[in-house]
Amino acid sequence: MITIIDYGLGNIQAFVNVYSRLDIQVRIANSKNDLVGATKLILPGVGSFDRAMQKLNSSGMLDSLEQLVLNKEIPILGICVGMQMLANSSEEGKLSGLGWIDGTVKKFDKSSMLINKNLPHMGWNNVISREEQGLFKEMQENKRFYFLHSYFFECNEDSNILGTTEYGLNFTCAIKKKNIMGVQFHPEKSHHFGVQLLKNYSEI
Amino acid sequence: MLQPRFTPCLLIRNKGLVKTLNFKPFKYIGDPINAVKIFNEKEADELIVLDIDATSKAKEPDFAVIKKLAAECRMPLCYGGGIKTVEQAKRIIKLGVEKIAISSVFLSNPDIVTEISNEIGSQSVVVVLDVKKKLFNKYEVYLDNGKKSTGQSPIDLAQKAEKFGAGEVVVNSIDNDGAMAGYDLSLALKVRKAINIPITLLGGVGDLKHIEELIKLCGVVGAAAGSFFVFKGSLRAVLINYPAYSEKEKVIKAAFNIS
Repeated sequence: MITIIDYGLGNIQAFVNVYSRLDIQVRIANSKNDLVGATKLILPGVGSFDRAMQKLNSSGMLDSLEQLVLNKEIPILGICVGMQMLANSSEEGKLSGLGWIDGTVKKFDKSSMLINKNLPHMGWNNVISREEQGLFKEMQENKRFYFLHSYFFECNEDSNILGTTEYGLNFTCAIKKKNIMGVQFHPEKSHHFGVQLLKNYSEI
Repeated sequence: MLQPRFTPCLLIRNKGLVKTLNFKPFKYIGDPINAVKIFNEKEADELIVLDIDATSKAKEPDFAVIKKLAAECRMPLCYGGGIKTVEQAKRIIKLGVEKIAISSVFLSNPDIVTEISNEIGSQSVVVVLDVKKKLFNKYEVYLDNGKKSTGQSPIDLAQKAEKFGAGEVVVNSIDNDGAMAGYDLSLALKVRKAINIPITLLGGVGDLKHIEELIKLCGVVGAAAGSFFVFKGSLRAVLINYPAYSEKEKVIKAAFNIS
C-alpha cells in the first residue's frame, strides 16, 4: 500500500485527499511499525532542510526506511523538501541529507540568473520531462505544476535528471534513480497535472 | 515560464463569505466551502482566504474552519486573520495550508516574521499591507480593516517585511477595494521596484484587462481579486467564476507581447 511518511512536516492530508478521490488506498506512517508492509512511499516536506532532516532523524523511522528503499528497493517519491532530503547535503543547512541520490541542494543564485528573478520561486511553471512514461505518463504537452521554494536539487549524475524547469536558469525539478524519485513542485496542489502524476506514481 | 498568478481572495466574516466595498461589509456571498469547490473545478492558480473579523475582535484563528478549507482546497491556500503567534502559524500549516498571512502583528512586532519563517520556511510567510492613498501621491498602511492609521508607508513596510524574512507581500488597496475599476498601478509599481520577493496585488479588478495592465507594468506578480471572481454583471449578482486557462493565457500573452 502507498504509505505517506508523517514525520511532522508537510501537507499529509492533501495527498490523502487526492488518493481518496482516485479511490486508491493510502496509509499514514507515524512510526516504524506503520511502515511494515509498505509497498510504496511518499516523503513530503516543507520548511527548512535542517528542520526536516532533524525531524526525520528523530522519528525513529530512518532505519526501516533505509531497509525498505535501499535493500528492498521499493519506490519512494520525495516532494519539495522531501526531494531535497534525498541529496547529500544542502546549502540551506548543516545536517547531512539522506544521500540516496548523488547531488547537493543549492540556493538560486541571482548573479547566475539571466534575468533578475524574485525569490522564492512561487507559482505555476512548466516542466520539461525527459521521459513520457513513469511519473509523467499521459500528460499533455505544456504540463504545469505549482512551485514554492528558494533552493533546488543539483544532480551530480546527469542520468538522474528526470525533468527541468526554467527560472532564470534551467534547474532540475524531477529526479529518478531506480526506485528513488523526487519532485520539487507540489503535485498535491497542482490540479489535474498533479493528480495524474500521483496516479502514475501509484501505478509504477 | 513562471506564470503570473490569478488569485481569488475570499473574505470570511461570521463563518460566511462577504465582499467589501472600500473595506466596509457590502454583500453576503455564501458558504466558503462551496466557493472553494467551485475554484477547484475551475482550477484556480491559488486561493487567499482572509478572516476579517478575527483580528478586529481579538479572536484566535478559527482552526475548525481552516481545517475544513484546507481539506477541501486542491490549490495552494494562503490563510490570514487573527494569527499572532508562531504556534498558531505552525498549527495552520500542519492543517494543510501552504501560506499564512499576517498583518497587524507584523506592525507591532516585526521579529515575529523571522520567528515564523524559521519554523515553517520563509516561502510560507506572507505579509498583507492594507494601503490608503494620501495627498501628494503618498500612501499609508492602515490596520483594523482600514480604520486605524499607522503613519507608515507601504514601501518601507514592504522592505521591512522582506528584511525580516517574509516570502511574499500582498498589497491591498483600500480605495480600490470593490470598485472594480482597476488596480492602483502606481502603488503596485512602487512596491514591485522596492523589493525582491514575490508580490500580490489586491483591490480593484473588474475585468481581465485590469490584470493585463498590472502584469504588463509589473511583470510576473500575483493578481488577486475579490469582486471580480464572485460577481457577474453590472448588478453584481453573486456568481463564483474564474477564467479558463486559455483566457488567462491570452491575458499573459497580450501583457508580455508574446504572439
